Amino acid sequence: MEVKSHKEKKIKMQLQCPMPKLDFEVITLGHGSGGLLTNRLLDSGVFDLLKNEVLDKRHDGATLNLNGKTAFTTDSFVISPIFFPGGNIGELAVNGTVNDLAMCGAIPQYLSLGFIIEEGLTMKEFWDILVAIKFACDQAGVQVVTGDTKVVERGKGDKIFINTTGLGALHPKAAIDIAHVKAGDKIIVSDNLATHGIAIMSVREGLEFETTIESDSRNLNHIVKTLLDDFGHDIHLLRDPTRGGVGTVLTEIARDSRLGIDINQKHIPVDEQVYGACEILGLDPLYVANEGIFLAIVDGDVADEFLKKIKSLTHCQNASIIGEMVETHPRQVILTSGIGGKRVVNMLVGEQLPRIC
Amino acid sequence: MKFLTEYRDPEVAQRYLEEIKKTVTQPWTIMEVCGGQTHSLVKNGILNMLPKEINMVHGPGCPVCVTPLNLIDKAVYLAEEKGVILCSFGDMLRVPGSEKSLLEAKANGADMRILYSPLEAVKIAQQNPDKQVVFFAVGFETTAPANALSVVHAHRLGLKNYSILASHVLVPPAIEAVMEDDESHIQAFLAAGHVCTIMGTLEYYPLVERFKVPVVVTGFEPIDLLQGILMTVRQLENGEAKVENQYSRMVKEEGNPMAQDTIYEVFEVTDRLWRGMEVIPMSGYEVKEKYAEFDAKRKFNVNIPEAPENQECIAGEIMKGIKKPFECQHFGKKCKPESPIGAPMVSSEGACAAYYHFSGMLEKIEEEQAL
Repeated sequence: MEVKSHKEKKIKMQLQCPMPKLDFEVITLGHGSGGLLTNRLLDSGVFDLLKNEVLDKRHDGATLNLNGKTAFTTDSFVISPIFFPGGNIGELAVNGTVNDLAMCGAIPQYLSLGFIIEEGLTMKEFWDILVAIKFACDQAGVQVVTGDTKVVERGKGDKIFINTTGLGALHPKAAIDIAHVKAGDKIIVSDNLATHGIAIMSVREGLEFETTIESDSRNLNHIVKTLLDDFGHDIHLLRDPTRGGVGTVLTEIARDSRLGIDINQKHIPVDEQVYGACEILGLDPLYVANEGIFLAIVDGDVADEFLKKIKSLTHCQNASIIGEMVETHPRQVILTSGIGGKRVVNMLVGEQLPRIC
Repeated sequence: MKFLTEYRDPEVAQRYLEEIKKTVTQPWTIMEVCGGQTHSLVKNGILNMLPKEINMVHGPGCPVCVTPLNLIDKAVYLAEEKGVILCSFGDMLRVPGSEKSLLEAKANGADMRILYSPLEAVKIAQQNPDKQVVFFAVGFETTAPANALSVVHAHRLGLKNYSILASHVLVPPAIEAVMEDDESHIQAFLAAGHVCTIMGTLEYYPLVERFKVPVVVTGFEPIDLLQGILMTVRQLENGEAKVENQYSRMVKEEGNPMAQDTIYEVFEVTDRLWRGMEVIPMSGYEVKEKYAEFDAKRKFNVNIPEAPENQECIAGEIMKGIKKPFECQHFGKKCKPESPIGAPMVSSEGACAAYYHFSGMLEKIEEEQAL
């Protein structure tokens, strides 16, 4: 039911934010000139939509009040297609950076927002992206406090690229550090794997297939805050397995912790439709990108309690303990297959390419 | 998931494993012909579950691996031609040509499209009448009907801008080549289930007759493979050599006649060079004269000199089952998926890549390197 209300909110937001009347329909090079046209583009509602005290000053930069330990991250978004089932590049750009902050154990507060627009992007498309940004910011409770807009010639970009940088104060109970990871810790995944990657794949040129799979792009900061409130230092590491998927992140954790990892295929949650699509396309869900899940490595003593708690939270109903940190086979991830065989999980090389047959 | 979980049931798998253990009394070397089977064997950890008497050896059934170097060079050349859109299945892209791979050509600006179906390429040709669309038609008998169908469609639509760069190879002649090799020690074959879905099982009777080896047509799921191995071991232990069909839910004796008709409408059987191996007589498909205008080799008349193969790669010995990937001195060291010396390290169905990704050999190599 929660998922539905998220969608309803999104639709309501889109209805509430009609595109302002403009004397241009398409963004051209001039809109990135920094002059009159740039101002018209921004005045067309960008400032109104993302309104807040700091942004409203329209200065070259933002002046912020920061206290104590602060997390700082940046990410660029170049996804194609920019609109996909379940979202668009706008919310991805907000959620991606918000989630990177959350994975540090921080409470995300401020974002910068940089656009590189290829001329020819329609104002309608740009508006839809802005509304998604606004929606995602509201959901996550963050403010866009500074930004930049550039327009490049046709053929020099791919419709729109977005960069966001984020700042957030560390949760007082957070102690996220790879050095805290020890043998006996349990590895918990917050929800189903591979949903985002398969949603994107389903609309890529040449690969289109009919499905109702939607991207799971969402902010994870409130979930993480709740868990940190309750479990604090017992959460040793948080990672969001975006590109490269869970498999790649696990190999990184094994490498950096100098410990081994054992995971069991039968405990790895994948939605049935996504699983089917992976089978048809010849992709391994372990390497498919995610946008709405995270991995938590928690003290073995609290793992069951942690699982109980996380399963009670929105978008975490399928959370599962997928494995544990071990002292044997250091730096290696070993997966027990569905039929009980064992194999090594390696880092993904380049992109996962679809098989011939 | 229906039709999948049944074939991945751990209890059933265990029963088959026990049955195999009970049946086997001496060492046997069995070749799984198809790369998809190798992939499944290692992905599911089956190789380590089998009794040590059973030695599974990977066969030449990876289309990416056996596509000749010169053909990849041709594809790269065409992709870099102005006005050409080159369409390909995904896993051809990383295969090294003599100078570069298709992926590198793409990075240099070539218009490359990754497709699942050749019919998509026909669609792209319709949408881009000012461009020449070339589909890199790679595969065994399995992909041949769809590739042929794309030519039939393009012909029907009267398209002048569609052609295929055919690189089709056939399984039975490859089995013959493996058995004729003096160094071969293969005692039985798991034949490729999907190839037989198209072609049926009749082609295998003469092979069984001639070489006195069991051939069991086998599927790709863990239970399929275990059942196929059990059927093979039973034959071997009983001193039998016959064609059996494990994959009967898909494979009929006569195959799929409609698919075969489509193949023979467009293709004819010719001698073929297999990368890493040699020219195997009557082991490939080329486009018939009737459809010459859809044959990229004739249409573009690309003459690229034959480049020498990288001598360090022992792909031929691996694909004939004479050596295993980790017996290659470069495996996991100089030759890795991110920097392959030869094709079997590229495709997920290539023997070397499958072993590299999924089996524990890496650890061994790192230990060796540390010493």
